Amino acid sequence: MKPLIRLKNISAAYDDTTVLKNVDLTVNANDFIGIIGPNGGGKTTLLKLILDLHTPLSGQIEKSQDLRIGYLPQVNTIDKQFPITIKDVILSGRSSTKWWHKATKAQLKRVDELLEFIGFETRHNLPIGELSGGQMQRVFLCRALISEPNLLILDEPNTYVDKTFEANLYHLLEDLNKQMAILLVSHDVGTISSMVKTIACVNGGLHYHNSNKITNEVLKSYNCPIELVSHGKVPHRVLKDHDHE
Amino acid sequence: MNELFELFTYSFFRNALLASLFTSIIAGIVGSYIVAKRSVFISGGITHASFGGMGIAYYMGWPPFFGAAIFALLSALGIEWSSTKAGIREDSSIAILWSLGMAIGILFVFITPGYTPNLMGFLFGDVLTVQVLDLIWLFSIATLSIVLVLIFYPVILSVAFDSQFAKVSGLPVQAIKYVIAVFVAISIVLSIKVMGIILVLSLFTIPASAANLFVKDLKKVMFGSVIISVLGSISGLLMAYFFDLPSGATIIFTLTAIYLILRIIKWIK
Repeated sequence: MKPLIRLKNISAAYDDTTVLKNVDLTVNANDFIGIIGPNGGGKTTLLKLILDLHTPLSGQIEKSQDLRIGYLPQVNTIDKQFPITIKDVILSGRSSTKWWHKATKAQLKRVDELLEFIGFETRHNLPIGELSGGQMQRVFLCRALISEPNLLILDEPNTYVDKTFEANLYHLLEDLNKQMAILLVSHDVGTISSMVKTIACVNGGLHYHNSNKITNEVLKSYNCPIELVSHGKVPHRVLKDHDHE
Repeated sequence: MNELFELFTYSFFRNALLASLFTSIIAGIVGSYIVAKRSVFISGGITHASFGGMGIAYYMGWPPFFGAAIFALLSALGIEWSSTKAGIREDSSIAILWSLGMAIGILFVFITPGYTPNLMGFLFGDVLTVQVLDLIWLFSIATLSIVLVLIFYPVILSVAFDSQFAKVSGLPVQAIKYVIAVFVAISIVLSIKVMGIILVLSLFTIPASAANLFVKDLKKVMFGSVIISVLGSISGLLMAYFFDLPSGATIIFTLTAIYLILRIIKWIK
């Protein structure tokens, strides 16, 4: 089967600073890839390349014809005071082939289903300003899902989510993973390792680890100076600087 | 009361009333967008920069609003371009264009020989001298803004709320932003006729802020702010006529009064 997206030998830079160097990444249907890495290591840039928000310096990005991306950005990039209702936020996730299209009945029904899914049944017209960070994140997850994507991209989805919903979120993602590939970026390695099938560390380059077991040795071998926060059954803590080449 | 009816027999007053009505519609809709998107300062920059074009037009003997429109368009596009492409910090580029425009305007008005009769009108607005041509323009843009919002509301909302996400979902965000910037510039320049350069910004901000106290949904904010704006401008206009005061100032006073009253109602509730 053809991969959904394939990055070949990609390098990327901002002005004169190279952020990513010779990165290869392949996402197949039903993958669940966790991307970890230090701040400034290029996680966000990698996402921007996949989302067409940044042009690579060199290399190729191949996308499958029927690739549909659902994207959950970091919630702190959103203006919470903006006058918009939950319903309109979710509807803004419809893929826009026709600019003027009004929501169809099917789409409105899908909004209802999604709201039920996150426990917001009758709150269509609630302005987002009245939501907590975690609630808002759930609404944005619905926005990412309304276009029925086959690749779901999540940028730090556990930043604001409260502990009770966090467990829910993971079950949810497990479920969603049956229908779509998931690419999840997180700095919280402990959390990530319990959910994902594959781990990739982005730190200038990209290193795969074909399992979700992360150990100090694994991280060391990838030059990945990550702090493993204790979580579940992975009580590791690594605080070592990586050696630059 | 008779005096009020008698007023409507004067064509200059009917024109002024229509001009205020159309301007209120424009300012209500465009202003809601500006306030929601937190780009009030950009609008201030565009408004003041347009004075440069007005000054040059004065000196050359062209229609002043033509010059203002050119400068407003250039500065609107310039701000959009400089912050996205040239990497200049947006507030800095606004401040530069703001004062540069004013400086050019002052310079050209100064070197224009003779008396500059309408200068006060440009700075503070003079709705009682509105011409039929102005009305046609105002009517067209007011109608166009209603039509555009009705057709493209989902797109406008997406781009204003989260332009990065809109880009990811395939909208030509940069092109849409330029179109909106042009439209905002035209709206502002036309409203200068009624409100004047210095006061026009309030007409775009107060009604939207007032409506936003009670509704948190952009389309409702637009609707509410058109109503507040119409009420404020028409009562301001009557006040200006009966007390013989500059209309721009009285309109701002009535709008501010409406805002304060709504604020108090909200506070009591």
